[in-house]
Amino acid sequence: MARSTNTFLIAASLLAIAGCAKKPPAQLPPPPSETGPVSQGGDGNVTPGSRADFERSVTSNTIHFDLDKYDINGEARATLDSQAAWLTKYPNVPISLEGHADERGTREYNLALGDRRANSAKNYLASRGVNPSRISTISYGKERPIALGSDEAAWAQNRRAVTIVLN
Amino acid sequence: MRPLSSTLLRAALIASVAMAIPADAQDTSAPAPVQQPAAPALAGGAPAAGQAPPPLEVSVTGGIAAPLGIAIPVLPTAQAVDTPAGRTDVLGQQLSQIITNDLKSSGLFKPSPASALKSVAYPEVTAPAFDYWGGAGASALVQGFIRANGDGTLTVGCYLYDVFARTELARQGFVVSPGEWRRAGHKCADTIYAKLTGEGPYFDSRVVYVAESGPKGKRVKRVAIMDQDGANHRFLTNGQSIVLTPRFTPDQRSIVYMSYIGDKPAIYVYDIARASQRLLVPASNLSFAPRVSPDGRWVLFSKAVAGSTNIYRVPLAGGQAQRLTDTPGIDTGGSYSPDGSRIVFESDRSGSQQLYVMNADGSQQRRISFGGGRYATPVWSPRGNLIAFTRMAGNFRIGVMSPAGGDEHLLTDDWQDEGPSWSPNGRVLMFFRSGRGGGGTADLWSVDLTGVNERKLSTPLDGSDPAWGPLRP
Repeated sequence: MARSTNTFLIAASLLAIAGCAKKPPAQLPPPPSETGPVSQGGDGNVTPGSRADFERSVTSNTIHFDLDKYDINGEARATLDSQAAWLTKYPNVPISLEGHADERGTREYNLALGDRRANSAKNYLASRGVNPSRISTISYGKERPIALGSDEAAWAQNRRAVTIVLN
Repeated sequence: MRPLSSTLLRAALIASVAMAIPADAQDTSAPAPVQQPAAPALAGGAPAAGQAPPPLEVSVTGGIAAPLGIAIPVLPTAQAVDTPAGRTDVLGQQLSQIITNDLKSSGLFKPSPASALKSVAYPEVTAPAFDYWGGAGASALVQGFIRANGDGTLTVGCYLYDVFARTELARQGFVVSPGEWRRAGHKCADTIYAKLTGEGPYFDSRVVYVAESGPKGKRVKRVAIMDQDGANHRFLTNGQSIVLTPRFTPDQRSIVYMSYIGDKPAIYVYDIARASQRLLVPASNLSFAPRVSPDGRWVLFSKAVAGSTNIYRVPLAGGQAQRLTDTPGIDTGGSYSPDGSRIVFESDRSGSQQLYVMNADGSQQRRISFGGGRYATPVWSPRGNLIAFTRMAGNFRIGVMSPAGGDEHLLTDDWQDEGPSWSPNGRVLMFFRSGRGGGGTADLWSVDLTGVNERKLSTPLDGSDPAWGPLRP
């Protein structure tokens, strides 16, 4: 989905440039297709600065939190440090931080808790030199669990903040 | 058979209330069977107080020793006529069933099975066969009729009798359009319920909730609306975006809710008649937990700014939001008292979620929950005397306490009950119950203030976030 949007945007900007030219170009740009400039990844053919590149380069795109907590623990710190290093390398890439909570909280409170976790991660990345204006946040509360069980292990996985590269 | 009054709990209902034939029985809309039977006149007065037997009444406080036996035979029609709602004789059967189901769901009545009841002839509606019904074990009797009017409307008459005292206790007539015929049944049940319990009516009301389907990790959620008994169900949103916490405005024309439209979680106002919505609060920050003030002018909501969540209010018409709380923690779940002068909310300022009450302008914030565990989702009773909440200490349970903080009672005990909403008369709470694990789904349930009468509501899909609307006018 993100990939095809990406290629679409590139195609659109090429069209826009073409529109500005006084004469139509001899050849129109190729139509957007499934095999756009962003690769599938996996075989080393990853575009630097892309989401695939990010997810390949960092320790993890996800950090976890203790029950009803939003502070960044040691493990999360190391993960965010690796994210900050990549983000420093690509200073124009915007990201979104998704905050999540486990099911053992009430719906509205968990929305606020997810927001708090996303902001916690945002603040940490900012303290590592990432411009906060690059970072948007969204909370999903308990609406999008990644582990579907109802036990401690599943809840621990669901108390998380996920960094999504937006380009 | 003993006289029925002695078989009933002697609750402290005022005798005069139960005995007086209501003035509204003589309302011009009150029905009259076309052929005037040789029976009590329609405007029949109450028996003189001195002659009347003890009143028929139902205890609604504490445990119910025995629900009141009541018979609700099929409502006859003078002439079976086809209407857009169906044939009037069929409607008469269905109305009897609606009234039966409503009264049964309250837990306070034990309706006789319809198959055990004799059919009632049209002229008999106002001249009941008291001996027969007494022999059939019914203490109270509901009779009525349905009639198609020349202008396309339907008239439903509803009469309540004390079988052993052989008196009429109440009568009401309802003129409805064919599209709203079921409401006449609910109104009749409300008349009976209010008359015999002394409580306010609640059956003619609707519920908005979130209909859920799909896998737990990616639930599809849609705002849906239905009658209190599950009838007339329809979806209001299409499921493309996550939707949460729909709640009626007091005039019931609109619903405030939260939606993730465009991945920008924000509060919207949905106009039911126009099937259109508008953004209420700019989506630049996470805004959620909307609830409308009793006068319909304001919407309380929560807004997260840089990780802190506080409570705000904004005009329902839209405009500038005003902040009411100011803490670095999470303040959410605001709900107005019925007079609009105070707000109950939850805050984790003490270290965990607890309940607080403040004045409507945000002043005098005071903690009211001290029972151990976490407390959340407070809602003020429409009667003003109780706050319902979710208490989390092991299981998630629904409970009530006084607005001052005392008299706590837990009403349910299951793995995860959450999000209570009051019936219009403040006697029943609807909430949702979630199951464990990947296959665990959520369903709508109700429980009354005794904690005894717990019921699962039937919905086409799973359900969560119920909000009970006010009594319909």
